[in-house]
Amino acid sequence: MAILEGKKAIIIGDRDGIPGPAIAECVKTAGAEVIFSSTECFV
Amino acid sequence: MNSVIKGASYVLAHTPDMVLYNGTTQTTERIVNPESEYLKEVPKHLRSYEDVVAYWPNQTYIGNAHPDQLAEIEFPYFDKKMEGAERYGKYGEIMPEEEFLLLVQACDMFEVVRLEKAFVAAHKDAFAADPVITEDIVALLHEGVEIDEIEALIKDDHAEPLYFEDKLVGCVKPAHDIDVNLSSHVMHENLMSKASSVLALLYGVKNAGIEKSDVEYVIDCAEEACGDMNQRGGGNFAKAAAEIAGLSNATGSDARGFCAAPTHALIEAAALVKSGAYKCVAVTAGGCTAKLGMNGKDHVKKELPILEDCLGGFCVIIAENDGVNPEIDLNMLGRHTVGTGSAPQNVIGSLVADPLDRAGMKITDIDKFSPEMQNPDITKPAGAGDVPLANYKMIAALAVKRGELDRKELAAFTKDHGLTGWAPTQGHIPSGVPFVGFAREDILEGKIKNAMIIGKGSLFLGRMTNLFDGVSFVIHGNTAAEEEAASGVSEEEVKGLIAKAMKDFAATLMAE
Repeated sequence: MAILEGKKAIIIGDRDGIPGPAIAECVKTAGAEVIFSSTECFV
Repeated sequence: MNSVIKGASYVLAHTPDMVLYNGTTQTTERIVNPESEYLKEVPKHLRSYEDVVAYWPNQTYIGNAHPDQLAEIEFPYFDKKMEGAERYGKYGEIMPEEEFLLLVQACDMFEVVRLEKAFVAAHKDAFAADPVITEDIVALLHEGVEIDEIEALIKDDHAEPLYFEDKLVGCVKPAHDIDVNLSSHVMHENLMSKASSVLALLYGVKNAGIEKSDVEYVIDCAEEACGDMNQRGGGNFAKAAAEIAGLSNATGSDARGFCAAPTHALIEAAALVKSGAYKCVAVTAGGCTAKLGMNGKDHVKKELPILEDCLGGFCVIIAENDGVNPEIDLNMLGRHTVGTGSAPQNVIGSLVADPLDRAGMKITDIDKFSPEMQNPDITKPAGAGDVPLANYKMIAALAVKRGELDRKELAAFTKDHGLTGWAPTQGHIPSGVPFVGFAREDILEGKIKNAMIIGKGSLFLGRMTNLFDGVSFVIHGNTAAEEEAASGVSEEEVKGLIAKAMKDFAATLMAE
């Protein structure tokens, strides 16, 4: 997960897949800074 | 005793002209890129009414094919036609656009809908011939106006045009000069939702075998909002639609919760009936013009027809326990709470596993799950995948994690306990409820013993919260006889009591 260390992350989650806040939590623990997180509904 | 599902209806209104003029993908494109190639391509990708009727997922929606039959059809579906497909089905119908526009005009109480005289005259007889359209509804039709008047209203009064076969045939006027909540755009959107809800209500009552006067309460669970600048979502679509449908004994209200609203509304209806507040409640929803052609860009890019060309509607009639029909079990409700979180495992856990745990059941004890039943023919080419299948995989994975399912059985679980999606991507329409009608019949026929209906909602789209939402309930066979037996009074005892009463009565007569 070192690939995310010190990086800035833009997150687009899927309401029927993995939502934004869940991805954000994972990304933060991997050392990235979340600068935008959103969940989209495609249906 | 639990409330029962007395009947259900599912209707579609084919509205290809509204795809181009009212679907937000297209209206947005018109603003940001008015000369776009996509907009030029759209008309070439619209389907004929005959093609829409012959489309397997649409025939499944109105009940002419069971989801199990659809699952046997080779994917994709858009290039196949169902033989013997019909406009009318067990649950409802696919109404053609010209007749639907007449229904919309009949639903307009404020004279904002204007249709051309010749258009009304040409289609009035066909409209009146629809088996659920009553004389009262036909009597609401105006004879229409000249096309010059319609053109002037569009040019000078910001009226929203109405087209049929790409020809101007009418318009929807604004209901206020300044108030954006009563603009022609909003009035158009709301009247389309109301009209499709009316159609669903008419079939709902018919399919349940009840009288219109039996319905005491209506809950509308669509996604539109009606009101003016002082109460933008004041409502009440439910009562407005009940008025046109002739449900003279009903009052009602609107329930909102994005795509989860139908499942919320069904739980509320079941609770209202079980509590004794109302004996018979209709849960209804009309369709959403904004979502027409929502994934159109991907469909056009992949040389497919635009498959989001119909407005959807449904109605479920909930009534007092009749000892026959399947029940909504209020002891097994799943709910995604504020504290649940958004991780998929938590979401499925709260909606599926938690209510079953409370009842001492396993995930594999539920015969069929009905989460988001979107038609994959629409979503897969658009990159959103097979939504029902994605949900089944998550449910199956949770069952494996809980030790209720062997990992090797995961794929079989998605087939045995799942369904192939058939519902149009109309937001609230595909969310759990499309299976309620089939579940009722399958349980009555003994094909399945129970089903779980799961509704999910994207609350974050309203920008009031980042939270997701969802609720679920279980439908199972009627337990009235078991409950009576458990209550301690057996049928034999009742017979004995009646015999004694009759004997006493006879003795009284003889004494006289």
